[in-house]
Amino acid sequence: MREKATTLYIGPQHPGITGNMMVRLKVEGDTIVKAATEVGYLHRSFEKLIEKRNWLQSFTLLCRFCVPEPDPVEESYARAVEMIEGREVPERAKYIRVLVLELARIGSYLLWYGGQSGSLGLYTVGQWSVGDRNYILDLFEALTGARVYHMYIWPGGVRRDFPKGFEKKVIDTMDYLEKRLDDYDDLMFDNAIFKKRTKGVGIIDKEKAVEWGVVGPPLRGCGIRSDIRIDDPYEIYDKLDFIVPVEEGGDIWTRALVRRQEIRQSIRIIRQVIDNIPGGEYYNKVPNPQKWALPKGDAYARTEAVRGEVGMYLSSDGSINPRRAHFKGAAYVHAITLLEHLLVGENLADVAAIMNSLGTCPPEIER
Amino acid sequence: MSFDLKGTLKPLTALKQFGQKPHTLTNVPFIPREAADRYRGLHYNNLDECIGCGNCSTICQNQAIDMIPVDGIEGKNGDSGLRPRVDHGRCCWCGLCVDVCPTGSLSLTKDYVYVSEDANSFLWTPGVDNPEGDERVSFFSTKETSLNDLGRIPMPELEGMERIKSFAEVVLGYNEEQARAEASRCISCGLCTEACPEHMHIPEYINAIAGGNDEDAVRIIYDNNPLPEMCGKVCTRRCEDICAIAHRGDPIAIRWLKRYATETVENADLLKEIINPEIKEPNGFKVGIIGAGPSGLTAAYYLALKGFDCTIYEANSKAGGMTMYGIPRYRFPEDSLDKQIEYIQKIGVRIHFNTKVGKDISFGEIYHNYDAVFMGVGFPKPWTLGIEGEELHGSIQAVNFLYEINNGKKVDIGNKVIVIGGGNVAIDAARVSARLGADVTILYRRRVQDMPADWEEIEGAEAEGIHIISQAIPIQFHGDEKGHITTVEYLKAEMVPDEHGGRPKPIAIEGSNTVIEVTAVLGAIGQQGDYSFLEEEFDEKVKIERGRIVVNEKQETTLNKLFAGGDSANRIADAISAIADGYRAVKGIEELLMKGK
Ligand SMILES: Cc1cc2nc3c(=O)[nH]c(=O)nc-3n(C[C@H](O)[C@H](O)[C@H](O)COP(=O)(O)OP(=O)(O)OC[C@H]3O[C@@H](n4cnc5c(N)ncnc54)[C@H](O)[C@@H]3O)c2cc1C
Ligand code: SF4
Ligand code: SF4
Repeated sequence: MREKATTLYIGPQHPGITGNMMVRLKVEGDTIVKAATEVGYLHRSFEKLIEKRNWLQSFTLLCRFCVPEPDPVEESYARAVEMIEGREVPERAKYIRVLVLELARIGSYLLWYGGQSGSLGLYTVGQWSVGDRNYILDLFEALTGARVYHMYIWPGGVRRDFPKGFEKKVIDTMDYLEKRLDDYDDLMFDNAIFKKRTKGVGIIDKEKAVEWGVVGPPLRGCGIRSDIRIDDPYEIYDKLDFIVPVEEGGDIWTRALVRRQEIRQSIRIIRQVIDNIPGGEYYNKVPNPQKWALPKGDAYARTEAVRGEVGMYLSSDGSINPRRAHFKGAAYVHAITLLEHLLVGENLADVAAIMNSLGTCPPEIER
Repeated sequence: MSFDLKGTLKPLTALKQFGQKPHTLTNVPFIPREAADRYRGLHYNNLDECIGCGNCSTICQNQAIDMIPVDGIEGKNGDSGLRPRVDHGRCCWCGLCVDVCPTGSLSLTKDYVYVSEDANSFLWTPGVDNPEGDERVSFFSTKETSLNDLGRIPMPELEGMERIKSFAEVVLGYNEEQARAEASRCISCGLCTEACPEHMHIPEYINAIAGGNDEDAVRIIYDNNPLPEMCGKVCTRRCEDICAIAHRGDPIAIRWLKRYATETVENADLLKEIINPEIKEPNGFKVGIIGAGPSGLTAAYYLALKGFDCTIYEANSKAGGMTMYGIPRYRFPEDSLDKQIEYIQKIGVRIHFNTKVGKDISFGEIYHNYDAVFMGVGFPKPWTLGIEGEELHGSIQAVNFLYEINNGKKVDIGNKVIVIGGGNVAIDAARVSARLGADVTILYRRRVQDMPADWEEIEGAEAEGIHIISQAIPIQFHGDEKGHITTVEYLKAEMVPDEHGGRPKPIAIEGSNTVIEVTAVLGAIGQQGDYSFLEEEFDEKVKIERGRIVVNEKQETTLNKLFAGGDSANRIADAISAIADGYRAVKGIEELLMKGK
């Protein structure tokens, strides 16, 4: 006998991911028969607001596109502006930007460790990883003056140079983390429960992934090597030695493995940055922000965030404000197109784990 | 399903974390963690350094800052007297306000804990409400990190030694690109508007130039200045002295930008077309104006716009007063005023040239024939030093010398000239003498930094090879048997601090007598008024104090329906102050004549 379908709601208050979003589920017994993502809790009209601000003022909004990893948005905006204007960015600034982006990647993955494990009931991981992420935030605080919303990468370079002794602090933190990652392997990746609950769950079809525009770890977890840092290198990524890990399988487990390896690659990148960073300027100062007009033109700058490719499109009509700003996020495809499809046929208990594994970021969807 | 032994045991290794140092602080009593040295926490403002420019408030995209009066802080030249108040409930700690603060007074501190159940208490004035904040400053701006454009676009100029070969204009003017770039440095704080005697709408016209709207700029400029091209070349620019950007960098070249905008208009007809002034129907009143200097021309122009019938009486054959007959041609070429004067005439102002009041027409006739009279007769008579030998041949007054030269006459000054004085007239006389081929030295009583002359003029003179002997007090000129000057004798001076806190005084050092050979001496220690054209009946009624005609805030003299302005009434004695006087007089005359109309 067919069971009667029930409607359930996951969210909208922080449904195990950062930010407010809701998934409406139709379940029969424990099995999901239909899923619909509902957003609308976080819309702040950033893209419209950017049009109203001058080219510099907007940079305080950008970090708020995605809370756990604000920096790629700052970077893509800054670079789009620089592309329109033809503004040179000092080499040192490019190194610092990459350092910031990779620190953000690590911090963000650590937060994801907590979320992914928490969604399976493994709360200890989250307590550790949020604590460890704080060491990254300490670095941000020392470098940018703020822990979460850095407002640091801006057109022309970065806002301040390294504070005294910063390089050593970075290396010490990397040394610590590198050792610490083994503990996570023990507790999380070697954990029988974690493996059981993630292997074969939330399987993304490789072809569908390409068709729908899935990016980042969800795509690389399907065995497709795609990463803007390699495919269309920006800043100084073409000068760095690192690999983009891929795993075959398309389930939560392979997505987790991809992220696990990426942290180590980020540490590797950060060490190279500290070893090779040149001296010189860190900022090619922009003119008085009140009257700084960009030439006519448009540009699209894409960056590899933890969620995958993100990008900022900016259009200038020659005035002191952008004519149009449009952000291409990764989370929209993952949290709506993909998630709605992926949940069907899955078990109710796995919903949170699947959502987490996709790198959904509601504030980025809505912005 | 097989049992995963490894996967069951491995997580248990987490138990080894017992006894590890925790991430969190466990100190008792609880001491908050010290923030990083660059932390962006609650604001602090150094109230003495802040000038109330409001740039912090303008940049803040959260509208977290408003500018408010603060007890004990008075507005003054270059300081609005307002201070930023921050709504710490709105602030997002971006620190943009810090990075755009032109004085560097604003900063963020390491303090980040603030708890209150009263939402209104998050609104407070940094520096006033947290005076202790200066010890907690962490995020601040330096010249290097400042978002202000501190460096001025250099003005193209003739080379120093090239200049003295002729009277060609030294300053070449900005081209379009340079002007736009220079205008773009302005932060529109408007402190300059206050400092300008005429309160010109400076941020507005600079904004127009920055945005590529030169015609708008011209219209805005003409709103209260009918001689902007003149001001654009020679204004004393009090505005630039207090420019907010000057606190850390070069002031915006306000004067050169005004020059740029007005020079884009080719002739008087185009000027009229662009300004397209609204000229009121004739109101039947006639105003007589004595002197076509800056003050007289200004009064005439704005009165004519208001429908008054205006007639100017001018002793010289050209208008402009001292700007035409005093300021040397390399700063102010002869045709610089043509367009502006022609335009003033085009809107209906009549000028009778070569008509000296007191000689060609009496003051009484003008006074009786007009409903009101404005007098802008300047300060033409030079002061003398009052020392022995001043009557010798070759001892010349600088203003007279400049007048002759500007009139195309020759003055024999020989090849070794001493100029006495430290003001702009002295520098002008010196630089003109250099162009006539003389070796020039300036003698000044005080130090170079005390010279009232414009610093750019002093630099210009030095670049042209002019020597300055400071702290030198002339005591006698010596001559030869033919009565021609041969040497200047002076005493060295030491600077003695003033007991009353005034500027240090030069005191001659006994026995320090020094003698220099000269072929001519140009005296430039100031001028005075000449009111000999006033017949007795008027002379009694027009009150004069220390050489200047006494006027009220509407430029009204003590004689009914007589108004005065410019050098003869205004101590500041520069062109823009004269223009401001003329502009004020328009209001005074309008009020007097149009009362009840
Ligand atoms: C050498 C020199 C350089 C200067 N440089 C600068 C400078 O760089 N920047 C600046 O801002 N200012 C400068 N000044 C000062 C500036 O020129 C004066 O402040 C300004 O011109 C004063 O304007 P005014 O309207 O009072 O009259 P004035 O310019 O003095 O003009 C008075 C007019 O009245 C006429 N007049 C006087 N008596 C009679 C009469 N009886 N009948 C008919 N007409 C009469 C005169 O012929 C003259 O045209 C300089 C002055 C001198 C002498
Ligand atoms: S920008 Fe600086 S100087 Fe100007 S009002 Fe604000 S704090 Fe004061
Ligand atoms: S820190 Fe940013 S948000 Fe706060 S008052 Fe300054 S400009 Fe405004």
